[in-house]
Amino acid sequence: MSEDIQTYSATAESGNVYERRSRWAKIKLAARKSPYTARFGITVILIYVLVALLAPLLAPYGEAQVFPAPYEPWSSTHFFGTDQIGRDIFSRMIYGARNTVGIAVATTLLSFLIGGSLGLAAAIDRRWIDQIFSRSVDVLMAIPSLIFALVLLSIFGSTVLNLIIIIAVLDATRVFRLTRSVAVNVVVMDYVEAAKLRGEGLGWVMRREILPNILPPLIAEFGLRFCFVFLTIAALSFLGVGIQPPTADWGSMVRENANLLQFAQYDLRAGLTPLLPAAAIALLTVAVNFVVDWFLHKTSGLRDEQ
Amino acid sequence: MSNKAQKGDVLLDIKSLEIEGFSDEKWHEIIKGVDLTLRRGEVMGLIGESGAGKSTLGLAAMGYTQPGCRITGGSINFDGVNLAQMSDEQMRGYWGNRMTYVAQSAAASFNPAHRLIEQTTSSTIRFGIKEKAEAHKDAHVLYAALNLPDPTNIGDRYPHQVSGGQLQRVMTAMAMSPRPDLIIFDEPTTALDVTTQVEVLSSMRAIVEEFNTAAIYITHDLAVVAQMADVIKVLRYGEEVEEAATRQMLKSPKQDYTKSLWSVRALQKEEHTATDSIMSLRGIDAAYGTAKVLFDVDIDVPKGSTVAVVGESGSGKSTTARVITGLLPQSAGSVVFDGDALPERLADRTKEQKRRIQMIYQMADTAMNPRQTVRDIIGRPLEFYLGVRGKANTERVIELLEMIELNADFLERLPAELSGGQKQRICIARALAANPEFIICDEVTSALDQIVQEGILKLLLRLQSELGLTYMFITHDISTVKAIADQVVVMNEGRVVEQGSKTEVFQPPHPAYTELLLSSVPEMDPDWLTNLNAARNR
Amino acid sequence: MHPVLVTVLQRLALGLATLVAVSIIIFISIEMLPGDFGQIILGQAATKATVAAFRAELGLDMPAYLRYFDWIAGVLQGDLGTSFSGRAASGQDRSREVAELIGPRLQNTLFLAGITALISVPLALILGISTALYRNTIYDRSINAATLTTISFPEFFVAYILILFLSSLNQWLPSLANVDASTPLGERLTRIALPALTLTLVIIAHMMRMTRAAIINLLASPYIQMARLSGASRTEVIVKHALPNAWAPIATVIAFNLAYLVVGVVVVEVVFVYPGIGQLMVDAVTTRDIPVVQGCALIFAVTYILLNLTADIIGIITNPRLLHPK
Repeated sequence: MSEDIQTYSATAESGNVYERRSRWAKIKLAARKSPYTARFGITVILIYVLVALLAPLLAPYGEAQVFPAPYEPWSSTHFFGTDQIGRDIFSRMIYGARNTVGIAVATTLLSFLIGGSLGLAAAIDRRWIDQIFSRSVDVLMAIPSLIFALVLLSIFGSTVLNLIIIIAVLDATRVFRLTRSVAVNVVVMDYVEAAKLRGEGLGWVMRREILPNILPPLIAEFGLRFCFVFLTIAALSFLGVGIQPPTADWGSMVRENANLLQFAQYDLRAGLTPLLPAAAIALLTVAVNFVVDWFLHKTSGLRDEQ
Repeated sequence: MSNKAQKGDVLLDIKSLEIEGFSDEKWHEIIKGVDLTLRRGEVMGLIGESGAGKSTLGLAAMGYTQPGCRITGGSINFDGVNLAQMSDEQMRGYWGNRMTYVAQSAAASFNPAHRLIEQTTSSTIRFGIKEKAEAHKDAHVLYAALNLPDPTNIGDRYPHQVSGGQLQRVMTAMAMSPRPDLIIFDEPTTALDVTTQVEVLSSMRAIVEEFNTAAIYITHDLAVVAQMADVIKVLRYGEEVEEAATRQMLKSPKQDYTKSLWSVRALQKEEHTATDSIMSLRGIDAAYGTAKVLFDVDIDVPKGSTVAVVGESGSGKSTTARVITGLLPQSAGSVVFDGDALPERLADRTKEQKRRIQMIYQMADTAMNPRQTVRDIIGRPLEFYLGVRGKANTERVIELLEMIELNADFLERLPAELSGGQKQRICIARALAANPEFIICDEVTSALDQIVQEGILKLLLRLQSELGLTYMFITHDISTVKAIADQVVVMNEGRVVEQGSKTEVFQPPHPAYTELLLSSVPEMDPDWLTNLNAARNR
Repeated sequence: MHPVLVTVLQRLALGLATLVAVSIIIFISIEMLPGDFGQIILGQAATKATVAAFRAELGLDMPAYLRYFDWIAGVLQGDLGTSFSGRAASGQDRSREVAELIGPRLQNTLFLAGITALISVPLALILGISTALYRNTIYDRSINAATLTTISFPEFFVAYILILFLSSLNQWLPSLANVDASTPLGERLTRIALPALTLTLVIIAHMMRMTRAAIINLLASPYIQMARLSGASRTEVIVKHALPNAWAPIATVIAFNLAYLVVGVVVVEVVFVYPGIGQLMVDAVTTRDIPVVQGCALIFAVTYILLNLTADIIGIITNPRLLHPK
């Protein structure tokens, strides 16, 4: 305590100390005041991340390891039984965290890279760059993205790389729109004009003046876009045109084991098996949505309360 | 109107009212135990600076609290009933019937989907005060009394089809239509230009007098309220500072705080005699797209002096500044700075040319990047223009902070951690950091409270005499002009109407527009509006 | 000309331009096929001559813009081309017209989507408006939490949960929605009960949240506070002051969700093996039957564009600023 006061009073460092402490304090305060839904969401997300990172250590069997008996019931050797060709469902669930979530994260990152940079460029140069990109995005968005993805996949084929690129490009249209509209509001601010008047280059204006101010809404949007991308990929895989076997993936696992559902009245656990990967998808999206909801609520200054 | 009581009877009696508002996840006191007594036929002015709680108190007089606010104590007795203890349901019988409200932004407060006459008469008809036909006829009378053009037909228009000043008068007609006992005027003329404000004020005052209605008039402008009110109550931080009859308040305010409310008006800069021009605009024309906004503008700015450019919104005064800075290249004419013609486009100007001309904005809030600290904000021009880095940079920033009467404690603060006046000071320091010769001040004080304005103006004057700076001061406020200018340029509709030394411009005879502009600025005299109207009608 | 008319015409022209652009994009997709595509479709056994004939049939020897006009002229006359499937290496052709394939399935899809819209639109509007009015009550909070959860669920998850409870554990409703032209209406309704219910749940969640947000936004307008201060009752505030200004946002919400419904249909049709256009498209994608994919995509895109166009036009013709120009 006494040390804190001493460093604080030293003129040269006081600022830094003050700054860092306040940021920490803010995070701690926010965490303490967070609603249960947000805490639940953060916990779930952390668990998924851990499972995805440690998948080979956690999974009892290999991702594509085939056992002689298909449709094995739940047991101590096969925690959730085996699937239609005898692969351990529990292990595939764990690897699925790595594959499904990993691909969705990569796709979302790519779509933000594309949409974000183009949106920023359009907001700054309101002449032809803006016109070209905005009009193309209008046209691209006139086709429902799942339908568009189906068309493109039928042409290019369903490889993981194609999947990532196609979904990322389609999703980038939405990121573009958001980035552009948020950035346009910042670009008209006097401090941006002041920087231009000073003679600052475009790079400085983008990096130092605009980017820090559009980050909060973009972070929230990242969560929402991730959910959307994640659900789209799951839907495509479920339809059989997304991630292809033998890669363990939750969407296709639902499809592969859907038949078990009709046995629910004889063995409830067998009936639940196809729902497990679906529930894994749902749980993560719920968690992310809860966190985003809280984040939006915080950054919007309780707009809803008005 | 209910059983019409005698003029002078107590209509509204608020006792030790307390109101809290919810923000930053906490309840804060907004009104801290205020008493207020209003008699029938009396107009009370509620005056105070931003955050004084005057609007909250005005709405509370109707028993209304805004979402996120709550009444925590005290009573609001309106004609014998305590509104503080009534439900919304019960209060509805009073709202729009015995008490009505005139909002600051008429444009946003009218429903875009309905005709003006329907909105004017809706509560009158709802409460069965008048039949529809009769109410409409009465509305025409009110429109006429408020000097609206074409009173029988203007009501058939929609809100977006009439001007802001007219809309404000229609809203007054709407408030008057049910012949209420009490009208709350919430800053009704703040958003209007001075010449429009005078007309709206005159009509409002006339109609309130005619129907002998009690009113509460909320504003931050003492000169305006002096024309309207019989009694003035000064509020600060949710508490009463003092209350007195208007004439007495103006003549001998008891509290120092009240005096500070017109402190800017007391400032008078001694005129600096003109020398050589450092900046000359020659025959400037400019346009936004195809809309031409500046016509043949000539302005001379003598070195080391202050030129105030005065005009109402749309006069082209801010556009002139944009041309000088190179943000809007002129379509004709030249900008001559220190003997050389400046390139039209900002991009073609040299760093040195940019450095010598700096700009300070009206809204300090939006002029500073909210994510940068004071050190970054002031330090960047030092580094950018003068190559001052590291320790030397910090030292110079501290020096600049001391020049604007702040200190090194502010180095790491973010704009959000500064008060309004401090923010504007930081913006001044940022401009000074470039060692400029010419500074454009675009309405730099108009968003600030009076006492803060005074501080900023004094600071600018001091810096001018210490550093030999030249200012171009853009403003719509005549008292600010008197406080700071040596030379005055009057603009209207993109043209220079008059220009010369302050004494010349303020001395009659004036060109017609200057006359209109100068005479429309409310003065600290309760008879000002009466005399003005008498003079104008002559 | 009246400004409303001008704006509507402008919007229609824009819609038309979008349609043309979208048709070009869908057309171009066939251009991007790899060179050995004929071989893949017809099988490794196909002779050079068969492949060449196939390429000539597709018109790959003509310039692209000519083929586009051919194709679009065909589309306008209801001719969507010929399916790739049913062709064999031998050159024997048992392929069918795309329009013939799509026709009956489109009817099925429209039936399912129509029933769903009929249930979900009114329900979602009522829920959205009532939660906006009784904001932050327990009613609002629980509906909000429930819908936030539902929108996070993939459609197939909702579908399988419903199957589990309503079809598998209790045999109340059929889990297969296999209908054909001869199925009588009553039977048809029972069969599509589960798919319709799934779609309804998903749509209501989205739509209710958007309606709520739009209404809350509207209620925050200063003219609503003014209406309250002039003594208007709660009903009057809503009916007379909020509603006339709410058509545009509500139309947008409905159009957005109906468009979403069109897409949601794809997954749900696959789950319930419902013979609709969505399932057709997915099958065509797996077999890379491009003409069918194109045809389906075109129909989806046109529906989507028309819905949004309708919403925009409703917004234009209810905008008082345009209705009553200066």
